[in-house]
Amino acid sequence: MAVRRLTVDVPDRGETSATPSSEEAASTEPPVHPAALIEKARAVRRHVIRMIGHVGSGHPGGSLSATDILVALYFAVLQHNPRDPHWPDRDRFILSKGHAAPALYAVLAEAGYFPVDELSTLRQWGSRLQGHTDVNRTPGVEMSAGSLGQGLSFSIGMALAARLDRSGYHIYTLLGDGECDEGQVWEAAMAASHFHLDNLTAIVDRNQLQLDGWTSRIMDLEPLADKWRAFGWHVLEVDGHNLARLLDAFRQAKGVSGRPAVIIARTIKGKGVSFMENNVDFHGRAPSRDELDKALRELA
Amino acid sequence: MAQTASIREAYGRTLVELGKRDPNIVVLDADLSKSTMTRYFAEQFPDRFFDCGLGEQNMVGIAAGLAASGKIPFASTFAVFVPGRTFDQLRMSVAQPGLNVKIVCTHGGISVGEDGASHHSIEDLGLACSLPGFSVVVPADAAETAQAVMVAASTPGPFYIRLCRPASDVVHPAECRFQLGVAELLRQGDDVTIIATGLMVPAALEAAAALAGEGVAGRVLNMSTLKPLDREAVAGAAAETGAIVTAEEHLLHGGLGSLVAQAVAETHPVPMAMVAIKDTYAKSASAGELFRHYGLTSTDIAQAVRSVLQRKAPRGR
Repeated sequence: MAVRRLTVDVPDRGETSATPSSEEAASTEPPVHPAALIEKARAVRRHVIRMIGHVGSGHPGGSLSATDILVALYFAVLQHNPRDPHWPDRDRFILSKGHAAPALYAVLAEAGYFPVDELSTLRQWGSRLQGHTDVNRTPGVEMSAGSLGQGLSFSIGMALAARLDRSGYHIYTLLGDGECDEGQVWEAAMAASHFHLDNLTAIVDRNQLQLDGWTSRIMDLEPLADKWRAFGWHVLEVDGHNLARLLDAFRQAKGVSGRPAVIIARTIKGKGVSFMENNVDFHGRAPSRDELDKALRELA
Repeated sequence: MAQTASIREAYGRTLVELGKRDPNIVVLDADLSKSTMTRYFAEQFPDRFFDCGLGEQNMVGIAAGLAASGKIPFASTFAVFVPGRTFDQLRMSVAQPGLNVKIVCTHGGISVGEDGASHHSIEDLGLACSLPGFSVVVPADAAETAQAVMVAASTPGPFYIRLCRPASDVVHPAECRFQLGVAELLRQGDDVTIIATGLMVPAALEAAAALAGEGVAGRVLNMSTLKPLDREAVAGAAAETGAIVTAEEHLLHGGLGSLVAQAVAETHPVPMAMVAIKDTYAKSASAGELFRHYGLTSTDIAQAVRSVLQRKAPRGR
């Protein structure tokens, strides 16, 4: 039997009255409670900070901005099976912004693809967790990434293959907003709508910062939604840290027919750690020992 | 006049054959299907043909995604655009994951002629050979092209196959068998070995025939696979003939000459000469004029043989 959506353990906080508790609820909607997702996202953020702090390098800012999107996908949207990462009918998730690898690894570990203990090996010799994603090393990773701009094209190939095979799986691709500076993204944007790929949903992690500074100053992307619309996409804009809204956007995106959908998720770089939020310094810098402790206290 | 046949035509017809045999064969092009001859496949299998327009980087990425989903994509355009324009896509989306993507590009080398330097693909072999895991093949004629494309389809892993625009001299009978990574002995000889690839193979045979009249017995190897290189054949040629001349329609750097020189240096050092384009870009002219001007004719190969023989150590005993 194919595993459908993962169930999320709902922490007992005396809120059971609000939890969809019956089998009935589970038969129509995934048994996910937003509070459980919020708790999951906190755990993922703690992992991200610990991993990067432990090894002393990595990209905390863009990992933290993408965390809620990844948690929504892996714990409430994707049909997947951590015990069978190559299940042919699984939904595909492509992390095009490969520097958010720590967040993806943390989510994959929490979902059960590999032991959570392994997260502390990030970026070290012999680890399955490379600095940027490597499809041949990490269970659950679908594409090698790190050089930006390539994931959407790759996803189109997967979407075309699904159509040829008459398979019903859906392809989700997470792009960074700075990544949208790359010309290949727009070659792919044009092609995805040309091929009418309604089995493809892109998400743009719109945290407004890239390595050198604000996207508006480095390479202005606006009007970003209009650009995607002009390329033939159905555009949804959402608060990328509101899990309920994210789930709703994913539902709407999957319902679009005849063309691909993009969710522009308004996010905050470094979200969840006060001194990292909107601080471009933490695009690609690890926290110091003191910063690590402070961040973990905030995320406790 | 030697009999000629179109290498591109052979590619297009072979794709159709493959398409009939295997539903997983898919073909991509970047708005050049009428020149690369992928149009035959497009006509027969429209659902499995994807014209990506003038977006080569996107095309390579799509091919990678198709390969990751179990398809066997053949992606074609001119050799000047892939690998050159898409080097990073080949590197990260194809080579690093080791995906089963077949890049087959036409209009390689300077035999494109009149279109000029922008369209002369003279760096492509160096780029493709630099990618770990890639197999790189330059067939010498139409029959070998058909064979190489079949072998690529049935051999897992990424390929770069470089084809030329003009019809080429027939070197092989139709029933020839291409073997990946195996040099083909076309002419036996003990005085010197000419190792050639692509359009330079018939020129090498012509040079060897001319040298025979001077009492020089030249061995000719068709090195259609540049990567993985047949180091055994190279080492054997070095040991048995004591001198090597390479001939290719590519820059001196990074192509056949460089690869053979590495193998010779590491196995059995002997004098070498390299017939190739010398660190420059060519101009617009007919292919014949360009080959003469940039030193890629049978006469140039014969001259290189004479010069290398002067440096060859006398046979010891």
